[in-house]
Amino acid sequence: MLELAIKGSRRYWSWVIFLLVLIGAGFIAYLYQFRVGLGVTGMSRDVSWGLYIGQFTYLVGVAASAVTIVLPYYLHNYKKYGRIAILGEFVAVASVSMCMLFIFVDLGQPLRVLNVLLHPTPNSVMFFDMIVLSGYLFLNILCGWYILGSERKEVPPAGWIKPFIILAICWAPSIHIVTAFLYQGLPGRHYWLTAIMAAKFLSSAFASGPALLIVISLILRKFTKFDPGWDAIQTMGKTSAYFLIATIAFYLFEVFTAFYSNIPGHMHPIQYLFTGIHGHTKLVPVMWTCTALLAIALPILVIPSFRKNERLLGFAAVATFLALWLEKGISLVVGGFIPNPFERVFEYWPTVPETLVTIGVWGIGFLILTILYKVAISVKEEIVFDKYGEKQIRS
Amino acid sequence: MSVSRREFLKKIGSSAIIGLGGISAVEVLLPGQFEASQLSRDPKALTGKRWGMVIDMVKLDEQTMKNCIDVCHRIHNVPDLNNPKEEIKWIWPETFEHAFPGQEHVYMGEDIKHMHFLVLCNQCDSPPCVRVCPTKATFKRKDGIVMMDMHRCIGCRFCMAACPFGARSFNWRDPRPFIKEENKEYPTRMKGVVEKCTFCYERLAVGLKPACVEASKGALIFGDLEDPGSEIRRVLRTHYTIRRKSELGTQPSIYYII
Repeated sequence: MLELAIKGSRRYWSWVIFLLVLIGAGFIAYLYQFRVGLGVTGMSRDVSWGLYIGQFTYLVGVAASAVTIVLPYYLHNYKKYGRIAILGEFVAVASVSMCMLFIFVDLGQPLRVLNVLLHPTPNSVMFFDMIVLSGYLFLNILCGWYILGSERKEVPPAGWIKPFIILAICWAPSIHIVTAFLYQGLPGRHYWLTAIMAAKFLSSAFASGPALLIVISLILRKFTKFDPGWDAIQTMGKTSAYFLIATIAFYLFEVFTAFYSNIPGHMHPIQYLFTGIHGHTKLVPVMWTCTALLAIALPILVIPSFRKNERLLGFAAVATFLALWLEKGISLVVGGFIPNPFERVFEYWPTVPETLVTIGVWGIGFLILTILYKVAISVKEEIVFDKYGEKQIRS
Repeated sequence: MSVSRREFLKKIGSSAIIGLGGISAVEVLLPGQFEASQLSRDPKALTGKRWGMVIDMVKLDEQTMKNCIDVCHRIHNVPDLNNPKEEIKWIWPETFEHAFPGQEHVYMGEDIKHMHFLVLCNQCDSPPCVRVCPTKATFKRKDGIVMMDMHRCIGCRFCMAACPFGARSFNWRDPRPFIKEENKEYPTRMKGVVEKCTFCYERLAVGLKPACVEASKGALIFGDLEDPGSEIRRVLRTHYTIRRKSELGTQPSIYYII
């Protein structure tokens, strides 16, 4: 099927070339980082993880969120998701690939990465994270590619794939729970040391993932003949809305616990993020932008008449995706390191090379996504009707 | 015998998987079997079950503290980057409120509040850094020393996030140009690995106490915490001592007399 990705319109190729330019820029920046060391980033002795690990964390969530499409479709036979299950699975493939790359570019000695396999250490959460991520990547490639192949041949998928689909559904939350465990089991990092971390990770993932899929679906409707279906888009909007409410609630629970208990160590990171400490305010605009975006997105997603407006929904989905990216992709990681173990504030802000590498990795992710989607949509354009006999291509 | 390209690739792929998987399986099932065996020990070597240290702040003056720090950083080739962002330090001074956050109070005398405490890796008995390391590059020895294998470290910095004492430093760039005077007896590090105090394991191996203890004029007492007859146990019995963040359960092996 991959041959379908090398036949495309001028617009398709322009997009691919645009992504290749971003990847090239990121690659050159990475070579610079590889030669000089991670000192070219904004990370420091005190804030020893930054944008890279933030992106990793956020994208594990996006990958896991495929389950919000796959589960209703396969376990509850929700037919409206029949056409787009593949979109969710391919987002998972692209996201996990980016996760692995973000871990790789964050390593001080990247050529030694296989030490994780050569010296397996079951007491390290990172070891388990590697296992669950590679397993999830494999499952999504297998299920997505195989189901798409059967759709192309217009035959029902063989029975042996079903256990893999069920396994992938169970596997999805595990990748994000394990990622939360990377953080929430560390003594002395008050912002992370909370049992609700895993729950908040899942809820924010299941809000931002469907938001991304809404944006993608709206783009596909506009620029290709494939129609993901208005009902499916609306259902994703509802999923995103409920999980967004849960995420905001979980965050407020944290705020309550910290401030009502009045324990300084628990309050400091939240104070740093929202008001700044001793005049250190680099992340304050980030948090308030996040808050403002959520304040706009939430009513649109929740109130039916707003949600049913295509433009408003698209805007709310972009706002949700961005807001949760600011929270999880930047502030969560950095907030855990500030104040440092000596109750001192040492701030972090990404540098230009670090940003370029980050954009490059996102570029690779979008390139993978573009290729996979090109194949999927070409197949759907050939078939015209979905498995329930409804037309999925607009003439 | 002719082998098709397809078959060749299949065989190569499966042997690679079996090979890697096999080593990993043996590592999990029979831990330690693949580790190199130790060369015969120097008869002069100091041995203990759990090394620890008492820092007597009553005896430790500013100049002695500086001497302790200087000798450690000099013999261990710790670079001086002169940049707080990429700073590398194994042992250094912190004021009371920063070394023992949460213990200070507003009525505390200025002298104690601003007194410099010597801080270093706590050589915890239950070290979170060892728990999180995905490659066992940081590990606890039988004598309690939390060690670093600079050749195995992949530079993921999980240990730095896990350490509640800020004891670990990362080589954000090649440290070698920043070493003032290289000590050929001790290895230098490369960029991209984590390092910290290792209780002068290399000196213990030849019968010497840690360099900071030697330079401390008796203010630093080093010994085996598991040996009831040791000097350090006598000091711990007869003095009130505190440890940094003992509530976190990492069981630090560094004690302070104030």
